Amino acid sequence: MLSLRDLACIVGVGETGYCRAPGSGVSELELMLAASLAAIADAGLSPRDVDGVMAPIWGGSAEDFAANLGIENLRFAAQVNMGGASSVVSLQGAAMAVAHGVASHVLVPTGWNGYSGRRVRGDLTQLAAEMAKFESSMGSAIRDYYIPFGSCSPAQWYTLIARRHMHEFGTSPEALGAIAVACRKHAQLNGRAVMRGRPMSLEDYLASPWICEPYRLLDCCLETDGAAAVVVTSAVRAIRLDKHRPVYISGVAEGHPYPADDFLNRTDLLTIGLTDAAPRAYDMAGLGPEDADFAEIYDCFTFEALHQLEEAGFCRRGEGESFVRGGAIELGGRLPINTHGGLLSQAHVVGMNHVVEAVRQLRGEAGRAQVDGARVGIVTGWGDFGDGGLAVLRR
Amino acid sequence: MSADVFRRPQPVLRGFAAEFYGFLRRRELRFQRCTGCGRWRHTPRVLCPACSSSEFEWARSSGRGRVFSWSVTHRPMHPAFLEVPYATVVIELDEGPRMLTWMRDVQPASLAIGMRAEVAFEDVSDEVTLAVFRPARGD
Repeated sequence: MLSLRDLACIVGVGETGYCRAPGSGVSELELMLAASLAAIADAGLSPRDVDGVMAPIWGGSAEDFAANLGIENLRFAAQVNMGGASSVVSLQGAAMAVAHGVASHVLVPTGWNGYSGRRVRGDLTQLAAEMAKFESSMGSAIRDYYIPFGSCSPAQWYTLIARRHMHEFGTSPEALGAIAVACRKHAQLNGRAVMRGRPMSLEDYLASPWICEPYRLLDCCLETDGAAAVVVTSAVRAIRLDKHRPVYISGVAEGHPYPADDFLNRTDLLTIGLTDAAPRAYDMAGLGPEDADFAEIYDCFTFEALHQLEEAGFCRRGEGESFVRGGAIELGGRLPINTHGGLLSQAHVVGMNHVVEAVRQLRGEAGRAQVDGARVGIVTGWGDFGDGGLAVLRR
Repeated sequence: MSADVFRRPQPVLRGFAAEFYGFLRRRELRFQRCTGCGRWRHTPRVLCPACSSSEFEWARSSGRGRVFSWSVTHRPMHPAFLEVPYATVVIELDEGPRMLTWMRDVQPASLAIGMRAEVAFEDVSDEVTLAVFRPARGD
């Protein structure tokens, strides 16, 4: 069977600074163009070398990127609509395009004004107006069957899944706290982390106020402005680009929970897109979770990180608590996760900052957070009501 | 800005949602049931995902079920829902469908998975009635 294993590489990564108040002061497209230029330069390419764009879920179309970057011969443009999983899953589309010669260099940008623009905890009236416009099938379930009961945000929805896990396995607040603490600890080592200089203990976590029980304030990721981008090319071309050691996309897969929209009527709330995607990505790579030197796990909330560690096979379902406690997921532990601070403590860039950090680790450029001898890294994405993606990256 | 002046968001009464809420207006909780294979389904779909039949009836639910999950909102997330904390619960009806709703007559601290519940009806506007639940009597 044809396989994408090691046929494509990430050769360039770029980021803007990440911030909260007063906000970036520029448009989402401007942020993403800045990150794109940085990623293209990091690859040793010029903007005109790009001939493919995996468009972000919002903020700019492929045409916007082509027009601004002077891409006169755009050969491949696609978009993945999987919410926060889109960043990782877009690597799959990019890898397919370059592996089969449809495009030579594919740009994968993501970014937003998550603090100053589309804030979840911002102006409630503005947010309500945005919700009223939901017209997708998922939006219909939310609009007609959830929001009339005041359930209108990810924290309110995802806690319904977390509660089931706690009920079935006795998962404790301390387990969720261990994830928040690990991310915050790693953020202290990262110059781009919004929470650098603000260390946090498990006691701080437990004392933080409820947002939507069982989630406390410190279970919730940051809302930030910023953008990140990567450039993907074929392994053949990557070897000729000598600026950095190429990072191979060894395995990548997407998965969709069933049904994707009304998550409450799934047979099992714990089976998510990643449950199905992870084994396929591992088969493609010929590598498994036991081979990972680190993992960047999409951490919109603490429980979602624990949930994904289980569904991605780092431990069995129900064993997440023992897996994350005792420092095992911190640098120096069995499996360091979110070595940049994650969405919880670096920034929320729709998961692309996880990809960028994984590439830096595999290049040996992760600075004080470097995992010694990192050879294989795993990145997950979570979006909407459990859309999932997983990439196995190696050097 | 308060809950009094900010209108609560309403379902858009179109298509299947108009039918679902139309029955609630008449104090009837009904879900789609496939007339081909007999399976209940919610939220409404054009086809039965089990047998692909487009034939269905709006079958009346007993209105009885149990708490499947819940969460308690402490920080307001919507200008029409400023009175916190409030619990939103998932009820699994005895016929199978699950729905997001409110539990009346019980404090959030007393909620428990498996708690028996029965439907009640609340008019929230001239057009919309919501199916809410309260602890079941006589179970």
